Amino acid sequence: MTQDPKSIGGKYARPAGQTELLVIGAGPAGIAAAIEGARAGAKVMLVDENPVAGALIGLDVPLLFGGRMAGAGGSKERFTEAVAASIPGLEEAFDRGVDVRLGTYAWGAFVNGPALASLPGNVAGIADEAASSMIGFEKLIIATGARDLCFFFPGSHLPGVVGANGLAAMLGKYRAFNGRRILILGSGSLARASADLAIAHGLEVAGFVEVRAEAQAEPGPFPLFASHVLLRAEGDLSGVRAAVLAPVGGGPDGRPEIHVACDTICLAIGRVPNIELLDVLGARLVARPERGGFVPEGAPPATSLPDIFVAGDVAGLGPVQDASFARDSGRLAARAARGLSEAVITYPPPADCQAYPREWMRALVAAGGLGVMACQCEEVTRADLLGVQPPRYLGPRPPAMTARDLATLLADGPVNQDQIKRLTRAGMGSCQGRRCREQVALLLALGSNAETGAIALPSWRAPVRPLPLSVLAASDETQEMRRHWDAWFGISTQWTPYADIGTEREAYVSDFGLGEKEPE
Amino acid sequence: MSDTRAAGQKPEQKGPKIVIIGGGVTGLSAGWWLARAGANVTVVERFIVGWEASGRNGGGCTHYQSPLFVEEQRLWPELDRLLGYPTEYRRERIGIALNAAQLARFRQMASIAAGFGFTATELDRRELEKRVPLIGENAFGGIHFHFGGHANPQRTVQAYAWAIQDLGGRLLQHAEATAIRCRGGRAVSVETTRGSFPLDALVIAAGPQTGMLAREVGVDVPLAAARAEMIVTEPLPLMPVGGADGNGLYGRQTLRGNLAYGGGPHEWLADHRIPPARPSTPLLRSLSRRLVELFPKAAHARVIRSWAGIIENTPDGRPVIERLRDPGNVTIATMSSVGFGLSPASGHAIRDLVLEGECRFADISKLSLARFAGLAPDWRTSQGWLPLAPAA
Repeated sequence: MTQDPKSIGGKYARPAGQTELLVIGAGPAGIAAAIEGARAGAKVMLVDENPVAGALIGLDVPLLFGGRMAGAGGSKERFTEAVAASIPGLEEAFDRGVDVRLGTYAWGAFVNGPALASLPGNVAGIADEAASSMIGFEKLIIATGARDLCFFFPGSHLPGVVGANGLAAMLGKYRAFNGRRILILGSGSLARASADLAIAHGLEVAGFVEVRAEAQAEPGPFPLFASHVLLRAEGDLSGVRAAVLAPVGGGPDGRPEIHVACDTICLAIGRVPNIELLDVLGARLVARPERGGFVPEGAPPATSLPDIFVAGDVAGLGPVQDASFARDSGRLAARAARGLSEAVITYPPPADCQAYPREWMRALVAAGGLGVMACQCEEVTRADLLGVQPPRYLGPRPPAMTARDLATLLADGPVNQDQIKRLTRAGMGSCQGRRCREQVALLLALGSNAETGAIALPSWRAPVRPLPLSVLAASDETQEMRRHWDAWFGISTQWTPYADIGTEREAYVSDFGLGEKEPE
Repeated sequence: MSDTRAAGQKPEQKGPKIVIIGGGVTGLSAGWWLARAGANVTVVERFIVGWEASGRNGGGCTHYQSPLFVEEQRLWPELDRLLGYPTEYRRERIGIALNAAQLARFRQMASIAAGFGFTATELDRRELEKRVPLIGENAFGGIHFHFGGHANPQRTVQAYAWAIQDLGGRLLQHAEATAIRCRGGRAVSVETTRGSFPLDALVIAAGPQTGMLAREVGVDVPLAAARAEMIVTEPLPLMPVGGADGNGLYGRQTLRGNLAYGGGPHEWLADHRIPPARPSTPLLRSLSRRLVELFPKAAHARVIRSWAGIIENTPDGRPVIERLRDPGNVTIATMSSVGFGLSPASGHAIRDLVLEGECRFADISKLSLARFAGLAPDWRTSQGWLPLAPAA
């Protein structure tokens, strides 16, 4: 018997391109992996999304740019030269024949596995601003780095609230930062690196804000507001004009609020590995808060999937701005992908990524209260998140609804962030929680007295970059896909009106379904 | 429908002990109906309520083919009030046709529903655009169904679950049913990973796992599981009628404004324990293409997510809702991939079967297992419903 014509088998087009080694991310790890792969004789494609389109910059994807990218509204081509110039080793990669694609989003990657056997092989989805296509690969190295750990506070929606990685990208990669005077949240190595970078670019640093009593790294010449937390950002449509700081714990000693003039507030409290593609691929992920969050299971550069490798911060945070660590891990990943090495990437000793963000979250909640947003895209407040309440646009909440909260939900089982997302919409917006998912997890952990790592990872799904329907639309669809398309299973007897079942009308009314007769 | 109770009041359940395996929309609705009738209800769910297809579908509430259609239409407008929680239900649907063949399909649906007294209006392109402004020049016409509707699946499953608790019923998540014990022609207990539960009556409504569990009581329910996919865009301004679909897609504009649509080819899965993986695939590109054709003015809208669900079908695609003769206290329900919208009515039918031995409000006799007597053991092969060979 032949295969059900409405099922997926054989309907995917052949990939538009094919490569032996695909590397995603052209940071130091990705560049090193691409060069090493080419050296080892592989046909290599290197994809990097920078420069990203203005629309994504406005959405703070992939990093918290915070409305401080100069000229973000213009075409992305104007940034291409700056971005290319900012990538050391890019020329060598070109010289070695690496197929380099800048300004190209890797929005998905797929391999056959449990509950999936229909792919024409390993494929990755890529796109630019005009169209998407699929690239077949034998091995994939994911070197997508880390993104900003974000926190919200009153005024955090104002232009000028940026992430440390966003700031570094605007200064170093895009050369298009339109701030002048920066106040930095956090005082660890990430904060110090951000301050040094700002000074190197001729900017002013207003100081570090630190919830703990002492600086977490050598503060250098910069002012330190220790035992303080950000109470609010003040400003107007043009952006932040000042930050207001309050003593942690409210200040029974009567210490006053501190006003700090600044046009930019930089979140440098932590980083988060960019594991989106690994989750889309179905790689097993494990909570390792001391390594920055969820990371691929296994011994990097290997993952739980035989053809998928990782390099750099995506597998667990490496030292801040230590390109040599990243390069070494990239080379190891390429050699592992080529079957030349089984060496494991050695990560630095665990950093304080667990207690530290938690302390910040606690201090920000104590200072700002529960009316502050937990999710900016969907306008979910901390109170509505912890109350597990539906969005306001659904109208008045019935009494049974308001009687429910996180505590009543906990009685049914452990906290699950995806479940709470479905109910509150926190993390369900256009950025898919890139700005809020860690702080939502922290709030849920605090609200349920759970360890940070005990909150299950909310899932990532393709497309991992929000791209227009017209871009993702398959222009290379097969005739088979087109001809046999059906809204549902295409089981003709499924839609037979009940009264007609078992009558002579049954033959006549069968095939009433939702499928269509495509003109051939 | 007079026994709705205020929140917080948890009546003691003194009625028969009823265990429901499956915290999907069908099992939860059945649990709610049974709890309303005073039964002592426990719902056993292996993950979280609505975690499978019940929380991953298009949210449609318009099933003219079903014997439960009239009850479905009667209950949805009342459901928020009855459950005490929001389901995001909105009335009415519009079918958008891009060609004459598509319009003919919608006319067929309208004519069937007309037999039950439901009305529909045919729309030209201009009238269609007033109700569904995202359509383009390529729209051929449409039909406005003045019945049916759509709701939020994730909110609805949780609403059923909470309503069960408010009536004194029990919800047991992260509990996988591992065995069913029978004695003297009756099921007497369910063994789960969270303990054993004695029972007076059992309902098996476990989606793709229904077949495996029915075998525990010696009954063969022919089912095949498959994976299907959907996409969702960022929010767009609300259209006057959000329940609009067509062009081979099912779905809706959510009350937030997102376009959530699915359709297209499915992938049949192997006939054993369904794996937890629910991968979505590059099919999102074909879904995007169809959606741009349907709504050209949404071409700029960004896709923010895709997802997949795993769903079961019987050989003829029709539900099985039946109280078994042996063991006589077991009721089996699979909605054969069309369960969400019908859930208010399927739960009612299951309640009737469990407590009264027959469905009191509709004839559902043609949904019994008897129709599969004599089905060849290799029916999946002969229907071509086989999993694909793993790629080399």
